[in-house]
Amino acid sequence: MNRYPLWKNLTVLIAVVLGLLYTLPNFFGEAPAVQVASVKSTHKVDARLMAQVQDALTAASIVPQGILLDLNSVRVRLADTDTQLKARDVIEKALNPVAADATYSVALNLVSNSPNWLTGIHALPMYLGLDLRGGVHFLLQVDMKGALTKRLDSISADLRSLLRDKTIRHGGIGREGQSVTIRFREAETRDKTRAILADNQPDLLLADAQEGADFKLVATLKPEAQKRIQEFAVKQNITTLHNRINELGVAEPVIQQQGMDRIVVQLPGVQDTAKAKDILGRTATLEVRMVDDEASANPGIMEQAARGQPPPGTDYYVERGGRGLLLKKQVVLTGERLTDAQPGFDNQTHEPAVHLSLDSAGARIFKDVTRESVGKRMAIVLIEKGKGEVVTAPVIRSEIGGGRVQISGRMSTMEANDVALLLRAGSLAAPMEIIEERTIGPSLGADNIAKGFNSTLWGFSAISAFMAAYYLLFGAVSVVALSANLLFLVALLSLLQATLTLPGIAAIALTLGMAIDANVLINERVREELRSGSTPQAAITAGYERAWATILDSNVTTLIAGIALLIFGSGPIRGFAVVHCLGIMTSIFSSVVVSRAMVNFIYGRRRKLEALSIGQVWKPGLSTK
Amino acid sequence: MEFFRIRKDIPFMRHALVFNVISLLTFLLAVFFLVNKGLHFSIEFTGGTLLEVNYAQAPDLDKLRKQMEADGFTDTQVQNFGSSRDVLIRVPLSKDAETSKVGDRVMASLMKVGAGGTAGSPAAVAPTLKRVEFVGPQVGKELASDGAMALLLVVCGIVLYLAMRFEWRFAVSAIIANLHDVVIILGFFALFQWEFSLPVLAAVLAVLGYSVNESVVVFDRVRETFKKKRGLTTPQVLDHAITSTISRTIITHGCTQMMVTSMLIFGGPALHYFALALTIGILFGIYSSVLVASPLVMWMGVSREQFIQVKVEKQEAVV
Repeated sequence: MNRYPLWKNLTVLIAVVLGLLYTLPNFFGEAPAVQVASVKSTHKVDARLMAQVQDALTAASIVPQGILLDLNSVRVRLADTDTQLKARDVIEKALNPVAADATYSVALNLVSNSPNWLTGIHALPMYLGLDLRGGVHFLLQVDMKGALTKRLDSISADLRSLLRDKTIRHGGIGREGQSVTIRFREAETRDKTRAILADNQPDLLLADAQEGADFKLVATLKPEAQKRIQEFAVKQNITTLHNRINELGVAEPVIQQQGMDRIVVQLPGVQDTAKAKDILGRTATLEVRMVDDEASANPGIMEQAARGQPPPGTDYYVERGGRGLLLKKQVVLTGERLTDAQPGFDNQTHEPAVHLSLDSAGARIFKDVTRESVGKRMAIVLIEKGKGEVVTAPVIRSEIGGGRVQISGRMSTMEANDVALLLRAGSLAAPMEIIEERTIGPSLGADNIAKGFNSTLWGFSAISAFMAAYYLLFGAVSVVALSANLLFLVALLSLLQATLTLPGIAAIALTLGMAIDANVLINERVREELRSGSTPQAAITAGYERAWATILDSNVTTLIAGIALLIFGSGPIRGFAVVHCLGIMTSIFSSVVVSRAMVNFIYGRRRKLEALSIGQVWKPGLSTK
Repeated sequence: MEFFRIRKDIPFMRHALVFNVISLLTFLLAVFFLVNKGLHFSIEFTGGTLLEVNYAQAPDLDKLRKQMEADGFTDTQVQNFGSSRDVLIRVPLSKDAETSKVGDRVMASLMKVGAGGTAGSPAAVAPTLKRVEFVGPQVGKELASDGAMALLLVVCGIVLYLAMRFEWRFAVSAIIANLHDVVIILGFFALFQWEFSLPVLAAVLAVLGYSVNESVVVFDRVRETFKKKRGLTTPQVLDHAITSTISRTIITHGCTQMMVTSMLIFGGPALHYFALALTIGILFGIYSSVLVASPLVMWMGVSREQFIQVKVEKQEAVV
């Protein structure tokens, strides 16, 4: 009578097998590895790089235990830490012949030791949080007001050139706080301007104002435009951070948006906060300079410059194609003046091009410089790791006003994309500020793992011993169900790759301590049924059925608390809440379905069942012993 | 084994008034401490910088304090953390622009002490940094409001669910009983000036969900008894429900407490206050969800009719 249909038994079996499979990688530990990632966005990580790494290792007669290629890195698994260090040096030398101008970051890392077939089915070890593995955590606040101010600056530059094109006389355009004000002498001009702006600048909200004899048009950004600009600012800052952090050679950096205007940066394994902060907080890595064309055309001078003796007043740089260039020392513009760079096409020739937008001050400077230097070349230099590289050095065809610059000619679409990305990477869309910082030493991390593990282990042992002693066979079934719960929880955490933190481990322990409640409820109910005179088989059925409603109710209330924590929690609370919620779900399944399947398996087939091994059932009617 | 050999229902409800007075007194005491002493918030809430450093030999804390003061850190706390070789330093937020650099400056200051050891007192060798936390002022304010929102959501969610599954009287009394637990936990933290950190907040909310369980189990029984047994008065029904679930209550809480005790022993300082909050929550949870919630339900006038759908029996006409 107490039998599960085949599908239910199969479900339990499959769940346990899957649980085992996905928990397995956590037992293999980790092997030393070398991770290669690209520092420059123009160099992709692909099979060619993998072959290059392989060749370098073969040449140095190092036998790797495996080479893996994933989305943005190549990882080489090695036998021990000595080989790891040796391999790092070998790869570093092969990939970055000039140490000062590194193209790839070569970092020491750990990779899971689990066999390839496990990795193939996406069975990975749990992802440990910073408090368990050590590292640096930053929370950065993006200054949204700053992003809007920057945008308004570039809009006022646009308006200036627009009104000039339409030959409208105005009494000055200026940004005042979060709005742009245009002054006019006559009301008609203002009306005409309003019509033009409505067509050309859909992002602006226009309002009339009057000050003495002056008519004013006050333009503010529409709320949806503000939202778009702010979203863009955060995205771009994340891109910029990515590029900068690549320089650090961190194995697995986490750079994520949190909320509307915050960015979380986590750098596992990094201990040098000062350097990390320095790199995160750096500004203006882009410079625009004039090319010294005469000197650059002279092979004699160039040869000397390449050897480190450039003529006075100039610097020697290498263009992306590899050709040398002499640039004047005077910096025309810095990356701070650049508000945007987008790939696109030339309007007339339909060649691939990069469109740059400058803010108002930048636009004015650019206009002056281009007017004076038509026919000359101007170089855009991106400074990476304190070393400059000329991204592009186009010829100035005509005076460029209005802050809109287009670079085109001899570019493929791919190159245009890369250049735009490089240029954007140099600038932050809005200033940022560190509002939270956490550094955890590696020894503390290992300590935390041991403490969390020990708490769970001893608590679990104590509960198991008690349950087995108090409820005998039913207690043993409960313990197995509880172990299944732990198995499912760890498997789920591994599968979802949710970050496991110390509060997360505490949540595992606490959830196990609470999950036993369901089994106690069931066992007590079964005893009660036996006490009131039910037959063993009927007691099992009634016990499980009656306890079910209570188990559901009590788990729902716990889950409500867990979900509230998940919604409003941040940082350590979130880590706790994720595990807590998952644990409640797995506990319902394991304590009810898994334990029932086992009880059915043990007792279900016996027709003449005299007694259940559930400990002594005391009946008030009988004499006490 | 069978711990609970109860012949008759224990007349809990006869002493209902006593239990309620006891809870009211503890509650008022907790409120008194909360108002008078206030909570000792961790830097996650107040903002500031926290450093945990480890020395090879136990350092002289007074020396560290003096050096810190000499370097312009006022109002800092220097204390041992876990062992005598581990030191925790707390620096409150200052008005300086470079707040995020405080950690580096404190380390520099500590290094100076390390260099100046005399023969009399062993030199405190250079410390190794185990952990730095810096929290800006914006974050703290948000945490406090987020915490309050989370509490509100839990309360509303549980009341709604219980009102749906049971009856509004059950919902209201369960939440009152368990909120009174929360206040008592906070009262303990205020009285002993234990550090109230984010994990403690998580523990408090988890305990809230967990002890509502307790009331749910009892209420479940109350409902069942009302439906099954006729002719019992409301206090008798409550007594019966509590008595028949008491073994489960104590065994479950005992098991959870075993886990929490294990955390208290093996979890180290990082989990200490978390486990402590859970311990208080579990102990008071047993008491309040059974002996506070049930009398409340009784005062609110729960009765059999609320659970039995009155069936109008068809009068068969006999002609």
